[in-house]
Amino acid sequence: MPEARIHLVPIYLPNHSTVLPRLAERLQKTFVATVTIRPLGFDPETTFDSSRGQYHATALLERLLDQARAPGTRILGVAGVDLFIPILTYVFGEAQLDGSAAVVSVYRLDNAHYGLSSDDKLLVDRLNKEAIHELGHTHGLLHCQRGDCVMHSSTYVGDVDLKSAAFCSRCKPAR
Amino acid sequence: MPKQASILIVDDELSVRDSLMHWFRKDGFRVATAANATLALQVLEQASYDVVLLDIKMPGMDGMELQSRIHAIDPKIVVIMMTAFASVDTAVRALKQGAFDYVTKPIDPDELSHLVGRALKERSLEAENTQLRETIAELSSGDFIVGDSPAMQNVMGMIAQVAQTNATVMIRGESGTGKELVARTIHANSARKYFPIVPVNCGALPDTLLESELFGHEKGAFTGAQFRRKGRLEMADNGTLFLDEIGTITHKMQVDLLRVLESSEVMRLGGSHPVKLDFRVICATHEDLEKAVAEGRFRQDLYYRINVFAIKLPALRERRGDIPTLANHFLGRLASEMDKRVSEITPEAMQKLVAYEWPGNVRELANAIERAMVVSRNGVVGPDDLPFSIASGPDAALPGTGSLAEMEKAHIAATLVRTNWNITQAADVLEIDRATLYNKIKKYGLQRSPADVATSGEPKPS
Repeated sequence: MPEARIHLVPIYLPNHSTVLPRLAERLQKTFVATVTIRPLGFDPETTFDSSRGQYHATALLERLLDQARAPGTRILGVAGVDLFIPILTYVFGEAQLDGSAAVVSVYRLDNAHYGLSSDDKLLVDRLNKEAIHELGHTHGLLHCQRGDCVMHSSTYVGDVDLKSAAFCSRCKPAR
Repeated sequence: MPKQASILIVDDELSVRDSLMHWFRKDGFRVATAANATLALQVLEQASYDVVLLDIKMPGMDGMELQSRIHAIDPKIVVIMMTAFASVDTAVRALKQGAFDYVTKPIDPDELSHLVGRALKERSLEAENTQLRETIAELSSGDFIVGDSPAMQNVMGMIAQVAQTNATVMIRGESGTGKELVARTIHANSARKYFPIVPVNCGALPDTLLESELFGHEKGAFTGAQFRRKGRLEMADNGTLFLDEIGTITHKMQVDLLRVLESSEVMRLGGSHPVKLDFRVICATHEDLEKAVAEGRFRQDLYYRINVFAIKLPALRERRGDIPTLANHFLGRLASEMDKRVSEITPEAMQKLVAYEWPGNVRELANAIERAMVVSRNGVVGPDDLPFSIASGPDAALPGTGSLAEMEKAHIAATLVRTNWNITQAADVLEIDRATLYNKIKKYGLQRSPADVATSGEPKPS
């Protein structure tokens, strides 16, 4: 069995120097994987929708996939910009179900987005949860009905705060 | 999710279909997509879906048209319409056509998940309702009118004819013929079946009580009226009011009742505002109402108002052919109610049941079977378990009163008939020895009748 690897790729992430290493540490524990930070290998502007002023999450996923061809390797884009999928006004993240690519955005996880003062610790907490959630999807996990499980669906930032960063006993992915 | 919920996404834009498909798959849905209305209809032919998300603007058949087609295929499918261009007109049209909701693209993820959650709830409530309706249908069709005789077939035909209408029904028939059962059957087969049928036995209540029972009263309307109370008429709103023994109500009540039936309004006793009601009236009586009208005891206008559609129930003796079916029906029903294993009525007992006059009609028959089941042994109802004597047989001679000698004579005669003049058997039943029985036969001058001889040893044909 190949060693589990997760590549973290910043996409327009202004303060990645502080956020990414903390996320990497967390993911390493949760997924028992080697986590490395890699530079973005494509121009994200190709995924920008000027009419919406947002980046197309699915398009980003497709481009990210090109960077994660090795077996057992997952790639997680961490965006500082707002993401969307065509039908929805925004998404916190998007992942290939049972695949190898995922993307999350800190844009709406930041208190500043809601007119509150930024809370760095809270932002990292939320990012950890959403990153674990999206990577959970790449492990084939669906949304969980248990409110405290990290796989519980969050469509609003308050929902993210309500759940924990841990998988419930039924969702714990096989490694 | 106990059962995997399913969703069909119909949109001509691939990116929309894909994003929604991925979104709902992660929610555990079974997801299918279709790029146009024709494909959507094909998908729906192959499998059923709980929810359909439908784009209004599509080339070819548009979403509105597809929605009405889906509604025709399965009205229980919850349809949510999506559009890129919000217009109040189309929204109203979609909702009027039965769409569950109408959303503008792009939709807030929070809104979408709540919307679909509500849609599924609606769908499961709908399923629950259907189940309840089926249960009601089962209950209402289970223990109802039994009888294959032409007379009862005619009654059932009339019930079927009138049930779906709103017509006032008058049920005539002797006591115990099942007038209330017919009323309940009419109600259960009408559009009002999900609302109550409220029975009022007019004969059982004194006039003043009947008044407050029917019309209700406000607090303080009379001494003892401590609370405001709804009357039976109000309770029957949207349902059926069953007025049993209508022939017994007083002249004043007749006037009041007629006014309510004409105006569909009721005023509580002591009340100041009339309450508008919608109920159907079914009346029943065993009296000769025409005679009562002729004698001035029953108002002619009320008579015409309630005698719109009359159903005459035959007396049980007029449909003896139904007695075995009815008897077995009660046997089966009571066996499970009483948890007693009585599975059979002997041919002799059945013969006795068929021959009896049944002045109390079906009610008396049900009671007779119940009593017989209590006293029966070995899981079989025999002739001796029945609580009556056949009027036409020698048992009819059994006097209710009289001297001891008369009683003895009749009892011995009846026993001899029952045992086909088998002296040993008769002596056993009477718990005397054979010699004593011979002496008694001689003493009372009992003789075997030619009819008894002819059927000796064989059960009588029914």
